[in-house]
Amino acid sequence: MISRRNFLKRTALGIAGASLPLAAFKIIDAKKLLAEAAAEKSSAVRWVFLVDTYKCVGCGMCVKACKLENEIPYDANVSRTWVERYVLTKTGKLYADTPKAARDGFTTAKIDLNADGIKDISKEGIEKAFFVPKLCNQCENPPCVQVCPVGATYQAPDGVVLVDRTWCIGCGYCIMGCPYGVRFFHPVYHTAEKCNFCYHRITKGMKTACVDACPFGARQIGNIKDPNDPVTKVIRDQRVGVLKSEYGTKPQAYYIGLDEEVR
Amino acid sequence: MVHGELWTVKELFVLPNEYIYWSVQIVMYPFMTGLVAGAFVLSSLYHVFGIKQLKDMARFALVFSFALLFAAPMPIVLHLQFPFRGINVFMTPHFTSAIAAFGIVFFTYGAIVASELWFLYRKHFVEVSLALREKRDKNIGEWLRYLIFCTLTLGVYDLSEEALHRDEKAIKFLAGLGIPVACFLHGYAGFIFGSVKANALWMTPLMPVIFIMSAIVSGIALCMLTYIITMEIRKMLLSRKRTQPGMRRESMEEIKGVEIHVIQITAKYLLSFLVAAISLEILDLIFRGYTALKSWDVLRSVIYDRDFYDIFVMQYGIGNLVPLILFLLPGLTIRRTMLGVLFVLFGVFMMRWNVVIGGQAFSLTFAGFMHYHLPIVPHEWDTFKEGLFGALSIFAMPFVMFSVISRIFPVFEYEKTH
Repeated sequence: MISRRNFLKRTALGIAGASLPLAAFKIIDAKKLLAEAAAEKSSAVRWVFLVDTYKCVGCGMCVKACKLENEIPYDANVSRTWVERYVLTKTGKLYADTPKAARDGFTTAKIDLNADGIKDISKEGIEKAFFVPKLCNQCENPPCVQVCPVGATYQAPDGVVLVDRTWCIGCGYCIMGCPYGVRFFHPVYHTAEKCNFCYHRITKGMKTACVDACPFGARQIGNIKDPNDPVTKVIRDQRVGVLKSEYGTKPQAYYIGLDEEVR
Repeated sequence: MVHGELWTVKELFVLPNEYIYWSVQIVMYPFMTGLVAGAFVLSSLYHVFGIKQLKDMARFALVFSFALLFAAPMPIVLHLQFPFRGINVFMTPHFTSAIAAFGIVFFTYGAIVASELWFLYRKHFVEVSLALREKRDKNIGEWLRYLIFCTLTLGVYDLSEEALHRDEKAIKFLAGLGIPVACFLHGYAGFIFGSVKANALWMTPLMPVIFIMSAIVSGIALCMLTYIITMEIRKMLLSRKRTQPGMRRESMEEIKGVEIHVIQITAKYLLSFLVAAISLEILDLIFRGYTALKSWDVLRSVIYDRDFYDIFVMQYGIGNLVPLILFLLPGLTIRRTMLGVLFVLFGVFMMRWNVVIGGQAFSLTFAGFMHYHLPIVPHEWDTFKEGLFGALSIFAMPFVMFSVISRIFPVFEYEKTH
């Protein structure tokens, strides 16, 4: 019969003995491995976006193309990209809208104020008006990645922020954390959804769907690490702005002709 | 339909993807964790600081805090788009996120409460299991009870003077350790909101402190409420059992005396925490107005115009000012206390509501607004869990839990515990 003391002694010995060979194994740090793998690939590429607001006419082709390409249900009132219209009147009032994310373009001069109805502004009353396409800024310091409790959203070495639909728990913290309102719940998959610069396309040498669909070249995508990239050249040579820099997110969508009124 | 579209009404310039994503369950989440933390702090006032008058309330509050603990994570689970993936938070916690630590904080706190309860009720477990062991021809119910209590003793039957003294020491230590952890549990719920830099209303370092103060207020209020209710039930039962002769129980006067005494003492603590909570909230409001950052224009129209009724009438008026007057008037009675704590609970709930829903009442554009319409009649799973009935079932949960676990941890049988 084994005494309690002996039993405890032997158990302790057994555990110690069993753990010794285990200690011979190196503890694998997934982050370190990923970082090494990333450093190998990395990244001669850092994707950035360039929007020339002077060229945008608000046709909405980009939104349409994005919805079809990325399988966002066509009639769902969410979109990975959208176009905003800003109208400043001579009396100094600002009106802005983006009906159905501008999927069908701006076909009328009437401003859609949601529950406040439709505002009709006469042509003579307008001081200035312009369109601003919006999409994910693929921030260098993305708050959405910071707040994800499970790490289901992460930044690829080339700067694009992606979502793992198989791991997202759907808490919505990333949606709350994004100052640009680019995130939403996918109506079909119910996971967090966002613009990823058409990652499946750009990694195969193609342009994003919205860039291809824009008839006026208002949208461009480029690699800021390549000094010969036309987009890089514009960002370096010309006066460009970014959205909401005060949040410290370091957004990587650059705008030509950004107005102070753009929200 | 897109998640959130059903209960969101947009006004003026709102971005296409903006909806009220965090709805009533996220209001319930800080409300419930607040109750947990508050109940625990109340119980610790006796165990750590030796406030003797709170002895009865302390035991009760600890058991109730344990009952609440089971309900606290339920709102988040119901809110998730994938409730069964909630476990991912434990599998791959991403520690830059404020939510990621929830599991760790929650279980640490749970372990503290559970072990404190064990030390507090150890004597009771031993006595019950010994008594049942002696008893011959036990029926199935007694066998089950015997099994449960035997397990709960964890094999320790030492009831010597020395052992009991060690128990008391352990209780004191755990209660002391529990205070910062309870405050952390809830302050950290405040941090979840306060650290969202994209939200102009939420982002303030005061948020965790405000949350802790109002948490303690709500926890004390709920303990008082439940205490009064259970006392009233006991009085009712007593007056019924009066007719049966030969049963020695406490007299009606005894219960009444104990009740009003405990309530009056606890009300004092409730008052002081209430004043602290209100002061912090007002300070936050004044500071925002005085510094008037870019977001102030839209915040002002939300606070003073659109949500004026919810904030100043419901929260500060009915929820804070009225109970303040009720408690400050001399000659506190049970009935008045009951009314007061109900208003206090309502006020704290409205504070959570005004933070969570109010924080989503304006657009990121600062040029548009969103209105939340709480789904009342559930016509599908989504409108149940993020609607009135989902919230009500969460609120009912701790009471159901309490009625179950108070059979194991008797709250009112004084002589059985120390």
